[in-house]
Formats: sequence, structure tokens, C-alpha cells
Amino acid sequence: MGRELVTGNHAAGYMLARAGEANRSARGCAGGAYPITPQTEIIEFLRKFDFAKGEIVPVESEHSAMAVCIGAALGGARTFTASSSNGLAYMTENVFAAGFYRLPIVMIAVNRTLGPPWNIWVDQGDSLALRDAAWVQFYADSHQDLVDTILLAFRVAEDQRVMLPVMVALDGFVTSHTQMVVDLPDQELIDAYLPDCNVPHKLDVHHPTTVGGLTWPKETEHHRREIQSAMERVPGVLEEAIDEFEKVFGRRPDGAVATEQTEDANTIMIACNTMARTLRRVVKDRRASEQNVGMVKCKMFRPFPREAMLTALEGATRVGVLDRNHSPGSGGIFWQEIAATLRERPDVLVQDYLVGLGGGDVTPEVIGELFDDLIERRRSEEPVWKELAV
Amino acid sequence: MSTTAAETTACAPGQCEHLLRAGNTNCAGCGMSVGLQWLGEALNEEQPLVVIPACCGIVTAGAFPTTAYNAPVAASTFASAAAVATGLRAVARLNRDRTPVICWAGDGGTYDIGLATLSAAAERNEDIVYICYDNEIYGNTGGQRSSATPEGVFTTTSPGGKSGRKKDIMGIMVAHGIPYAATLSIAHREDFLRKMRTARQIPGFSFLLIHSPCPTGWKSEPDESIDLVRYAVSCGLFPLYEVFHGERYRINERPDPPTIEAINEYMSRQRRYTSAAVDMEHVKREIERRWRFLGAMAAEFGVAEDED
Repeated sequence: MGRELVTGNHAAGYMLARAGEANRSARGCAGGAYPITPQTEIIEFLRKFDFAKGEIVPVESEHSAMAVCIGAALGGARTFTASSSNGLAYMTENVFAAGFYRLPIVMIAVNRTLGPPWNIWVDQGDSLALRDAAWVQFYADSHQDLVDTILLAFRVAEDQRVMLPVMVALDGFVTSHTQMVVDLPDQELIDAYLPDCNVPHKLDVHHPTTVGGLTWPKETEHHRREIQSAMERVPGVLEEAIDEFEKVFGRRPDGAVATEQTEDANTIMIACNTMARTLRRVVKDRRASEQNVGMVKCKMFRPFPREAMLTALEGATRVGVLDRNHSPGSGGIFWQEIAATLRERPDVLVQDYLVGLGGGDVTPEVIGELFDDLIERRRSEEPVWKELAV
Repeated sequence: MSTTAAETTACAPGQCEHLLRAGNTNCAGCGMSVGLQWLGEALNEEQPLVVIPACCGIVTAGAFPTTAYNAPVAASTFASAAAVATGLRAVARLNRDRTPVICWAGDGGTYDIGLATLSAAAERNEDIVYICYDNEIYGNTGGQRSSATPEGVFTTTSPGGKSGRKKDIMGIMVAHGIPYAATLSIAHREDFLRKMRTARQIPGFSFLLIHSPCPTGWKSEPDESIDLVRYAVSCGLFPLYEVFHGERYRINERPDPPTIEAINEYMSRQRRYTSAAVDMEHVKREIERRWRFLGAMAAEFGVAEDED
């Protein structure tokens, strides 16, 4: 394929299809497809793709789209789907089931505001509502980051040390419907990068098992503890996957956490997705005018990369968090995690900024105002509602 | 890596006649237990993959690390059996594997919460056998009304007796034009086994409805379970019939015209029916209405005994 000008949705559809195709010498690939704005083009791409050994089932709901993935993964196939917003909410029961069954399903979540009131633009509340579903979560900041992260997602999900589903989130419209030039890898390279998918607990008539039956409290706690252990292995597995990626594709994608100018910064802002790219530009501009600021892109939300985050924030005394999501009665969801991560650092001022909710534009100017606020702060307050504050 | 997959002693393909193993905790007189054994018997030559949503059928497996099932089982979420089976079947097909995929669900998971999923799988004509053991109640949660509960029946959520008739799930499934739909009774063993085998043999989607006595929910004597469902057939309340491709009807048992005495023989042995809530004349008229429809369909769009 080489360098192409494509939308985020096209890139996601292409990468899912090619990753599925890479499993053609094993059990093949399958998934369920159900439309919802703004991810619809992804499932359209999958339905049109001519698989050598794959089947995408057009189902009647997101709940069944995930159920088809569950069945196909229990059959040993590589599995994937995509959804957004209320579709993810409707799918929720089976999202949890996929995590607790420990099936290596990859799902693209094109972030969109949950309704009502109805709003099709970006807000990360949909995928973040699924943070406790035993899925690894990545947030891609650009089209290329999306392409690369989808490949990393299959490597992490299907790694025998992890065996958990992975969600790759991107911004509705800002990424899904805009075009950027990206490097879309050819099938041969993807074949070289992705080993055959092996689901160790797939159903097998020669070894009959009951998958997902009843457990007593002790066994249930053990099951949850094993998922936690698998989550704790993710950062190491991800680093290996990135090393291998660099060998095969000749470029190095961002890991769980990516930084800009944090080494000597005392004021650091944290964001994910496309906000992180804008934030990076703001930091570069401010460095040019000799302001001592830095930024952290938090690409992985589950497992939350506490260790990498603490390292990135080592020299900081002021930390701001940009949250394009809102947990009513609390505040930004990234902020909750950052505050918990910094619990042993009482010297750090942590301020949450709720920004770009419901798809509002987060421009360099908006981020600049928030940086000014953070630099001048004497103490932290309750989360600041950026749109309401101006 | 441990999962919630409970290992059983492997049974060689072709040796699966005891689908439900000894030591399970099902109630005495449970119609589902009989149905599971006969399913294994009907599939004797083949090991199935079984999908069971939330229902007594999954409690039957017992707690990890043991399982009462002698076949691989996926315990699905309540509404998802037909979609999980779709995924399993798709992968089997991609790998040229003829392993039958069976859904085993109660009436709650079929008539109510799982209906959209079931309808979609039927509309796609997935190559799966969907079996509903219909005990006309949410038995696993202690006996609440479902849309399969007959009119007048007392449950914990229809304390005055259920108003409104039992949903005609066969009519709904037949309307999809699926290759095969049939009703089964554990009081009619040969008919039951033949229909199970027919469902397996016909390519595409099959729907089987088993009238499944539940002594706990029906407030009946466990040793009368088989008699009860036999009375249900003989009084005309549960017709035994099968429909091919949504249009070719065959009636398998033709009972005498319904009488109040025959209906009473069935109902009076269960304490879920009371004379205060059940209008016997109305029940009789409903049975007659149903049989007029089935008789007309079989006469107009019938299929001969040796033709299937």
C-alpha cells in the first residue's frame, strides 16, 4: 500500500481487515458488524473486504456484534469489531463478558458523546465508561498512531501472557472523518508482524469444558486477581511489541506514555488523543519563548501506566489534566487516575480541566489559556469547566 | 493461565449420549434434564458445541471447576445465545468443520430478552439448532412471569394470575421462513428424537420448542411431570407439529376436540392454575381457535408423512 491519504475510519477498517487476513493459515477471522455514527465506515469497509478466510456477520445490534466476536473467539478465530457512543453503551454487557472470558477481541471505539441529548461529536465518556470491563485501552492521537496501535493491539491482546481484549479509541470526526497521509503496511509485513492467533480456552470437542459457568467467591476473586496480573504484564508486553514493530516496519510508535520536554519542566499538562497533538505544539511554542513547560500524552488508559507516569512527572510541581469526558459527581476520569498516581507526591499541585466536552474545539489558544491558569495557580480547585469559565 | 473453563473428562466423538452427567443438581421431575439427555441421544454420532444463556440450563453445569456437561459449553449472556452460536458456527464453517452448534435456552432467554438476537439469527438463516425448553416461567430466579406464561397462571410477578395470552413463539419463528420449526414433548419420545435429528440434518436454522415441566414453578408433583405434558398434548393445549420452510405444515398428533374435563385433568394437578383466575370456557375456545388455524394450514399447505 505505502503512503496514502485516508480517513481515520478507512485506516482502521483496513488495518482490522489486514490483521484478520494475517490469521488465514490458522482459524481465520470473524466479527459482528452494526452501524453507528461516526464509526459506520469501519464496518462498511469490513463487510466489503474480500477475506480469504474471514466472515463479518451483519447483526441486529451492538450487543450481538460483541456476542458474535465472543463466539468466534471461543471458536479460536481472530476477532474484531467497532462501535461508538450509545452503541458501546448498548454493547456493555458483552464488553464485560469479553473481558471476563479473557478473549483477545480488538474493538475500535470512535469516541462520540453519549446521548441524550443527541450529539455526534467527540467526547471520551463512551469508552471510559467501559474502563472496568477488563479491556486494555489505547487512545490514538493521529491517523498513523491509529494504524500502528491497531497492530500493537492484536499483539498485546493475543499474547499468552495477557489474553485480554483491547480497545483502540480515536476522536469522532476529528480523526475518523479527516484525511491524513499515513503509511499503510502491506499484507506481507503484517503477516510477518502478527503470529497466528491462539485462544487457549477455545471450545474443543475433544476436551469438553464449560466456559463462563458458575464460580464461588474464592474462585471469582482468583479470576479477578489473574486479570489484574495479566494487566500488570501489559506494559512489558507492549514494549516488546513496539521493539518488534520497529524491526518489521522501521518506525517506532508511541508507548503507553509519550512525553515532550518533561525532563526539566516544572509545569506539565497531560492529555490524550488529538488534544495531545495540539498540546505538543503548544509546548514547543512555549519552549521557544523559554517557558519551562512540558506535556505527557497518556496513550494507554488501562492498565493505567502509573510507573511511566510517575517517571514522566518526576520533576513537576504543577500538573494539569485535560479531560474530554466527565464523570458526574466527580470530574474528569483521567484526572482521577493521575491524582491517584500522585498520591505519594503531596508537593505536586494537580488541576483538572474539563475541555472540549460534546465535541468543542480544543485549539492551541484554548490550551494556552489553560497553561496560563496552571502556571499562575496557588492551589488546586475542583475541576474547571473550560467552556463555562470563558 | 487459568480461566473459568472447567475441564471434564473428555468423551470421544460419538460417545456423547450422556450429555448431562450424573451428579447434577437439577430438581426432580425437571423436563429440561430429560430434554438434555435426549438431545445427546439424538446427536449420538456427533459431539456438539453448546451455547447456554442465563437459565437453569447453565446452573445445571454446576460450579467451577466441575461441570455436568459432557460437551463443550459456552455460557453466554442472557440475550446472546443465538449470536454467540453464530460466531462459533462462522469459524467452524471457515475451517470446514461440520460440528453442530446448539443453543439451549429457556423461555425467558427465547420469548423475552433474547428475541431480537434469535430473530436476527433466524433471518440470516444461520446453520444452528436453537432449542427452547419452555417451562413457561422464569424458573432460575424463582418463578416470575414470562411472555410464555399461560393466561391465568399465578407467579411471583403475576400474583393475581397472568393477564394476556401466552406468546405464540412458533408463529413468530415460522414467519421467518426458517427451514425447520417444531414443537416437542418429553411425553412423546420417538417424535422428540426424530425432530431433533431432522433439525440437525436440515441445513440452516432450526427452532425446536420443548414443553418442559417444572415441578418447582408449576407447583406439581415431580413424578407427574411426564403425565402433565402428555395431558397438555392430549387436551389440545400443546399441539405437536412441525413446519418446513415457514409454509409446509405437518401435525404430528391429532387429539380429540378439547373438553373442559380434559383441560382440567392437566390444570388441576398444578397449583399455579386456580379456578379463580382461569376461565375454562375461554381456554377451551382458545384451543379450538388454535386448532382451526393449524388444521387449515395443514390442509392447505400440508406435507405428507414420508416427505421431509
